[in-house]
Amino acid sequence: MIETKDLTRTFKSGDVVTPVLKGIDFATREGEWVAIMGRSGAGKSTFLYQISLLDDPTGGEIIIDGHNTHTMSANAKMHFRLSTFGFVFQDYALLPELTALENVALPLLMAGKSKSAAYSTSSAALERAGLGKRVGNLPSQLSGGEQQRVAIVRAVAHKPKVLFADEPTANLDNDSARRIMEIFTELHREGQTIIMVTHEEQYAKLAERIVKIDDGRIVSEEKLTT
Amino acid sequence: MIPLNVRIGFFLALRALRRASPWTTSLIIFVMILTFLNLVVVSGILVGLLQGAIDQTRVKFTSDVIVSALNDKAYIENSPNLIALIETLPEVEAITPRYREGGILEANYKTRKETDKANTATAQLVGIDPFKENTVTGIANDIVEGAFLVPGDYDQVVLGHYLLKQYIPIESPAFSTLENVGIGTKIRMKVGDVTREVTVKGIIRSKVDEIALRAFMVDSQFRSMIGRNDGNVTEISIKLKDGADPVAVRDALVRSGVDTYAKVQTYEDAQPQFLKDIIATFNMLGNVFSSLGLIVATITIFIVIFINALTRRKFIGILKGIGIDGRAIEYSYVFQSVFYASLGAVVGLGLVYGILVPFFAAHPIDFPFSDGILVAPIDKTLFRVGLLVVSTLVAGFIPAWMIIRKNTLDSILGRN
Repeated sequence: MIETKDLTRTFKSGDVVTPVLKGIDFATREGEWVAIMGRSGAGKSTFLYQISLLDDPTGGEIIIDGHNTHTMSANAKMHFRLSTFGFVFQDYALLPELTALENVALPLLMAGKSKSAAYSTSSAALERAGLGKRVGNLPSQLSGGEQQRVAIVRAVAHKPKVLFADEPTANLDNDSARRIMEIFTELHREGQTIIMVTHEEQYAKLAERIVKIDDGRIVSEEKLTT
Repeated sequence: MIPLNVRIGFFLALRALRRASPWTTSLIIFVMILTFLNLVVVSGILVGLLQGAIDQTRVKFTSDVIVSALNDKAYIENSPNLIALIETLPEVEAITPRYREGGILEANYKTRKETDKANTATAQLVGIDPFKENTVTGIANDIVEGAFLVPGDYDQVVLGHYLLKQYIPIESPAFSTLENVGIGTKIRMKVGDVTREVTVKGIIRSKVDEIALRAFMVDSQFRSMIGRNDGNVTEISIKLKDGADPVAVRDALVRSGVDTYAKVQTYEDAQPQFLKDIIATFNMLGNVFSSLGLIVATITIFIVIFINALTRRKFIGILKGIGIDGRAIEYSYVFQSVFYASLGAVVGLGLVYGILVPFFAAHPIDFPFSDGILVAPIDKTLFRVGLLVVSTLVAGFIPAWMIIRKNTLDSILGRN
């Protein structure tokens, strides 16, 4: 479903050139849950940004559903992200002036759904995530765990093919983190493809496969039985 | 069907405005109100200063249409027939015919020694029917000392205040005034070879030069003084009924051939060229001030939106990251700018037409040569509203566009 070939990403700052990804070959199939691990600065988040088309690689190829993304325009990538991907960021990344319901509904509205349909879908999704009574709350009125649940609902409300998550439990207490992982497990059970960057082994072990990155390269892959 | 990006932009803008800090929103709108007032009021006062003079001249002197002697004639020939013709016009409400001659006024002649310089003032001496004059121009209301003339007054005059030193204390070889003259003072009026001693009955204070430099007396007496018994007058001011068009009346008189023996002018035609030039100059100055105000407004909105977009760069990145089109985000900022400008303009319009225009109409600014009002023609004001909205629209778009075109991931991560 997503395949990378010899993927590289180098950052330049003046004369300083920092290669972060040094040729990554990676593939995932539909419905798979992949956990990407590695120490800080290993390149795991940078890798996630490349395959989720948030950033442009320096070299190599990213092929998604047979489409080589190298030839895509910025606009096409934006539409691809909207229609195909869902994102969960470490710091929730909710829009502060939108309520939980509006945060979830926004990508649906952008996808062309009517306001009533978008609100209805979003409301039902928030209800399923145990946030039925918080739909009208602004992010500032929600706890960290609730905000992350809203972020997950927003990411999957439009039924993306792939859900990307960048350390989704990093800012949460244990209970909240466990609740988030329960949601991920349920989504995976329903067939959702998930690619998740995490530091925490206990949560990585919930995935089907753990890919370890170090110094910009995949150093190991471990298949897990779930 | 409204394009999707516009709808999303509106969705985002509405919520950003609804949940913005009320203080910040109020401050921005306050700046917009001040900008709007700067656009409309500064030029409006400048033009109103002149408009006040024009209005005064119309009300107090020319009225709506004025018929006067041709430049090479001392009076309007065939005046009685002309007056009869004018009075048949259905648009005419009232007229006031006037006799006018240049003359000299002299005061203190009884106490003056032979070696003393005569205390004289050059004036336009005018014979009027007090009732008709007051019906057309209402100048009796401008009497500041004494009383206005009545038809039976004999050897009495009303003087414009420019003729009196206590009102115009100017020492100038080109401009002389009468000293120690008040109500009841006897002065001499000299027209040609005829001199008559008259008593000052009243003093008119007017910002219309044509009134302030005149000495008025009852027409029957003035006729005998200048020896004109044929009823030919020098000028006729014509007041029209409400809604009547001065141009139509002027044209009707011209079609009747009046222009062969008299000048027929509307109040606008009768404005001196220098006044028209000053109006044009003030309009230009007003436009310059307005342009500066517009630039200030544009920069203000630019800064506000730029800071707003800059501090929200991360969220702009997130919006792009989750697939929201950059155009929709740009529209949201444009809508916010237009909202600020529109609300500022609406409140400004309310202030201008609800408070300032009526206030200045009731309490004109006391300029030396006019009662300044606030002139704000609705068409010009709406044009300025349009200018303000368009400039703020551009000022809102540019910073949003600058931030949105930055790399999505850099925005999300706060990288430069």
